[in-house]
Amino acid sequence: MDFKSCVNIRQEWDIVGARQLGREKAKELGFGTVDQARIATAISELARNIYLYAGTGKVRFEIVDQLDKKGLKIIAIDEGPGIRDVSQVMQDGYSTSGGLGAGLPGVKRLMDFFEIRTEWGEGTEIETIKWVR
Amino acid sequence: MPKRVDKIIMENSDVIIKHWLEIVSERRKNDYTSSISEELFQSTNREFVNVIFDSLETKGLTDELEAFSERLVNLGWPLSYLTDGLQTFRRVTIDFVLSQHDQIDTDFFSVILDRVDSWVDPIINKLVNEYSGNWEHTVSLQRVALQELSAPLIPVMRNITIMPLIGTIDTERAKLIMENLLDGVIKHNAEVVLIDITGVPVVDTMVAHHIIQAAEAVRLIGSTCILVGIRPEIAQTIVNLGIDLGKFPTKSSLRKGFETALELTGRTIHREKKKEKIVENIMASLEKE
Repeated sequence: MDFKSCVNIRQEWDIVGARQLGREKAKELGFGTVDQARIATAISELARNIYLYAGTGKVRFEIVDQLDKKGLKIIAIDEGPGIRDVSQVMQDGYSTSGGLGAGLPGVKRLMDFFEIRTEWGEGTEIETIKWVR
Repeated sequence: MPKRVDKIIMENSDVIIKHWLEIVSERRKNDYTSSISEELFQSTNREFVNVIFDSLETKGLTDELEAFSERLVNLGWPLSYLTDGLQTFRRVTIDFVLSQHDQIDTDFFSVILDRVDSWVDPIINKLVNEYSGNWEHTVSLQRVALQELSAPLIPVMRNITIMPLIGTIDTERAKLIMENLLDGVIKHNAEVVLIDITGVPVVDTMVAHHIIQAAEAVRLIGSTCILVGIRPEIAQTIVNLGIDLGKFPTKSSLRKGFETALELTGRTIHREKKKEKIVENIMASLEKE
């Protein structure tokens, strides 16, 4: 792990900032254009969830360098209300804000690794990784 | 007593100015203003210090100060030059006044501080206000410019209009897109509207949701919406996200979308055959010979 960077999400335009930084990192790591678009979209979803449901939070990027593979890890952390029923939000079409409800299940499909740690009333931390192929 | 402080400062203005200029010039060496020529820097310093003393004489903010700050704003000098300069000035002046007295009681000390503060602080406030006012003005102008660019609608042909979208779509812009789209469809009496997303970098669920809503609204007022400019990588992410865009036609490029639009309005493109006929005639006449 040789670098860390972080974008604070406070307003809607910070989502764009996070996305641009993530895309830059993805490009540096040698992801193809399709994977770059996938990563940018995933960041966009995660950052927007923070903006919509928690108000403020941050998106952190880490390069994961393992013996046999390299990847970009994205961690979205907030201290918002948390998720009451994780299995419910992972269903396609479930949304509390009138959206499409494809956000989190979509991110899971866009990325290679996906994990939610959340406590009702404590906040949410979502960790996700895309491996370079 | 405050009068006495003023008097000391005024009478020794040369010394204070000299000292201040030394410190500011010294600090300049490893500083932000290094791209500015020495001559301009020195003359600005002198003007700056004159403006400061003018405001002490007149006991208030002067027109010169306003003109000076306006000029610096326009030249794009950093605000930190002015705030640093004034802070240095405050320190130099207080040090000087203190050095003129062998014995200082706390009362007199607070009078000096009070006097210098009430002189320097309004200038700092004025300058900061001038600068931030200028920034706010620039930002608001840019916001207006951006808004004008955000959702253009081009009537290309009778009954066909195009909305090319470039850049990030946020909630505010999504609202504008919807409004302009519906207004335009009614105004231009469009049967088909093409939304071109070639220039949209990322299509996430929110963007998709807004496009679907806009297309649905267009359908409700009796027109057809075609989504064009879907790049391969965007198509893949849309599929991964599981977004259903099946309710309206989508095309990879504006050209294909436009052809579909022509079909929908009962038109096709015909190439004129004139030239071909001329060639055929020549060929035929050649064969006869």
